[in-house]
Amino acid sequence: MKRRKFDLAATPGKAAVGVDDRFAVATPLRKLLNKVFPDHWSFLLGEIALFSFIVLLLTGVFLTFFFEPAMTEVVYDGSYAPLQGTPMSAAYASSLDISFDVRGGLVMRQMHHWAALLFMAAIVVHMLRVFFTGAFRKPRETNWIIGSLLFWVGFLAGFTGYSLPDDGLSGTGLRIASAIMLSIPVIGSWVTSSVFGGEFPGTIIISRFFIAHVLLIPGLLVALISVHLGLVFKQKHTQWPGPGRTNNNVVGERMFPRYALKQGGFFMVVFGVIALMGGLFQINPIWLFGPYEAWVVSAASQPDWYVMFLDGSTRLMPAWEIPIPIGDGYVIPPLFWPTVVLPGILVGLSTMYPFLEARHLKDRKSHNLLERPRDAPARTALGAMAVSFYIVLTLSGANDVIADKFQISLNAMTWAGRIGLLVVPPLAYYVTYRLCLGLQQHDREVLAHGVETGIIRRLPDGRFVEVHQPLSASNGHADGHGQLDYVGWVVPKKMNRLGALGPAIRGFFYPIEKPVEAPVSPGHPPVEARPEREEIGSGESRR
Amino acid sequence: MSTHTEHQAPQGPEPLDVNDPKLTRFDIVREGARRDDIEIVHYEPQVLPGTKAERRLTRVVAGFFLITGLAATAFLAIYIWWPWQYEAGRGGDKFYTPLLGFTLGVALLAVGFGILTWGKKLLPKEVSIQDRHEGQVDSEGRTITGQTMLYMADELGVKRRPLLGISLLAGLAPVAAVAAAPLVGGLISQPHKNNQMFTTGFAAAEGGQRIRLVREDGRPIRPADISTGGQLTVFPGIDHGVSNRHADSPTLLIHLRDSDAQESRRANEKVGHGDYMWGNYAAFSKICTHAGCPASLYEQQTNRLLCPCHQSQFLITDNARPIFGPASRRLPQLPIEVDSEGFFVAKSDYTETVGPDFWERP
Repeated sequence: MKRRKFDLAATPGKAAVGVDDRFAVATPLRKLLNKVFPDHWSFLLGEIALFSFIVLLLTGVFLTFFFEPAMTEVVYDGSYAPLQGTPMSAAYASSLDISFDVRGGLVMRQMHHWAALLFMAAIVVHMLRVFFTGAFRKPRETNWIIGSLLFWVGFLAGFTGYSLPDDGLSGTGLRIASAIMLSIPVIGSWVTSSVFGGEFPGTIIISRFFIAHVLLIPGLLVALISVHLGLVFKQKHTQWPGPGRTNNNVVGERMFPRYALKQGGFFMVVFGVIALMGGLFQINPIWLFGPYEAWVVSAASQPDWYVMFLDGSTRLMPAWEIPIPIGDGYVIPPLFWPTVVLPGILVGLSTMYPFLEARHLKDRKSHNLLERPRDAPARTALGAMAVSFYIVLTLSGANDVIADKFQISLNAMTWAGRIGLLVVPPLAYYVTYRLCLGLQQHDREVLAHGVETGIIRRLPDGRFVEVHQPLSASNGHADGHGQLDYVGWVVPKKMNRLGALGPAIRGFFYPIEKPVEAPVSPGHPPVEARPEREEIGSGESRR
Repeated sequence: MSTHTEHQAPQGPEPLDVNDPKLTRFDIVREGARRDDIEIVHYEPQVLPGTKAERRLTRVVAGFFLITGLAATAFLAIYIWWPWQYEAGRGGDKFYTPLLGFTLGVALLAVGFGILTWGKKLLPKEVSIQDRHEGQVDSEGRTITGQTMLYMADELGVKRRPLLGISLLAGLAPVAAVAAAPLVGGLISQPHKNNQMFTTGFAAAEGGQRIRLVREDGRPIRPADISTGGQLTVFPGIDHGVSNRHADSPTLLIHLRDSDAQESRRANEKVGHGDYMWGNYAAFSKICTHAGCPASLYEQQTNRLLCPCHQSQFLITDNARPIFGPASRRLPQLPIEVDSEGFFVAKSDYTETVGPDFWERP
């Protein structure tokens, strides 16, 4: 018998048949490859969070190889001369070693920190996108709740993470965290004592935070992110309204090849940006803060940016202590309200929002088409209110730095924050609401009358009017106005948006292709050489 | 499912025979998409094969990938050969981290841009429409699944045999508690062990021996060591007194000016601290009563002590009353005097609770 020749080209095909024989994946794989994703830049914000999380896992694993999560007292003898001979915790000493004595350790540490900041920032911006476009509405309420939880779990991840080096700054943060737990009525002292294993700071908190930071919280994050993405996949992504787009379809690109390629490229870009930041921008220089000592603190002790709003709320809170005269007497400290009650309210409000809105609007329908912010003025205004509330708190978290840099009285900054927290949000609501209505009105105006051309015409009776280019064919009225329905999507507002200037010529330094002939609209004659300017008969001669 | 495909693909009511040799590969792809309720409505190459534009884009993408290779090689070379170890004042190591970050960043960005250019410029543009099956409730499926679940409940007979359900719940409830017990039991820690929340390192040792005030280096302090208007952070002169083991003990010893000291004494008498000062010296806890940061910024001219964490301000001459910010409680005062050898000692421990407030504090 003739020996069969080995055919290299047929190998992949054969292997594929072999795999499909065993696992029957051909059809599911086709469905996956074919899945259609709508495309818009704002849909990429969540991906930044996802990609940052992957970078966090990669760099974090590296750091665990060198970090020693112990509060054992050691005397530093590493290569950073200014701290040699200083007694400190093993955690702080090993963090210094990562920065100075592990080859490439500092760039990894800084990438980890920057990725964490970017992770939280991307979550917040993504959340704003989802909120302001109404993407959280039925059937996606569950994913909205998971997303809100992701913010708070990320918050915990960040806090436990930057507490680990046990430097002067993070130790102060831990001290405040212990005070926050202490402030909880009835059980506060028990909670604190249980978490810290005795009185602050004890000797075990770093080890406990470590296992929370590297195992429990990342595990929770991975689980939540998986469900989050799984639901996006199952429920299919929302899309903007537009030509051909309905509540029942998805208009976009199939996952392969183009969409997946773009995602892969985008991941590399996010990763690259984090690497650049980790190398070029210093973050959390723990060696400048020294080890944590309960009696040392410096001015301008600010937490990471996503914790600053809580710092701000704490600073703005008036000193309202509530004594409870039962028995020996009890007390609710003022710290309880801005750091325990406020976050509780924020979690509750944000997770419940989809249901509150649906209830208010009596809206039971499923929505797969997004709404532009201007088309839901009440929601947009509420969002602006929430954002301004958050910004006032965050700025107040840095009010000592602002007071210092701009030579403002510190107490004035505090009062400005207190008053601003009450005044700015309602103002933001009103202004945003009016802006939304104004933008909507302008869109409707263009639909009804057409695009402004910039051409002024003088009528026989002496009036001047601007010529408008209608967007649709005349409906027979003398004014040439057509009727177009308002569908909540972008309306062209400039003539070149209508193609009046012809397509742009492609190529960076020189044109890479001959420009196509500009399309000639039936209403306009082809562009010719400009005729000699006629005298405008306004009675005033031009010089 | 098949009826649906028909509805979606009016061009081909019959699924194509994908084994037909006349079909192009794209025909098969389009047929596959149709079977997933996807209509490829627009598929347009952005560059034509063999054109100048195609060659140019190919060069751009290849260029990006080559930059990646160069930057990655540079990264490795720097990683291996650059002098990276910290040496005070020399400075070569200062560029190690920036160079690593820069080369790695450039490598990753270039590969990212290369892939993006490839995907966005060289691949055909497409618009596909996929059906969501929104609002097409599969009511039969719902009925079947619902009935199946009810059937399972019937078979288990929980309704007919309620004892089973009740006893199962009664059995499982303690099991849940068993899971929680070791965690709670192991972590829980009595906060009032040794009265620790109400005492500091200044609590008199056995036999009523009074505790000296010492500096950070452990040396005791004489009154002459602090100039008028000056202040010093002091600690209990005990084992590990200057460490985080006694995080509630750091104290601020202030030498007030004469007039301020007069005012201070009057204020102290009002709150029953008449004999807490020694001469013009007063000692207050450094641990803020708000959130526990060290209240360490002392303004000599106004005798105000500011906590840099949340800007609580305490007026030292009014027995450290909080006059601004979120703190609601005075800084506790440490009663001090000078012992026979001329060193400061604490007459007793703090008479008020030190540190941030909590429920059972009074």
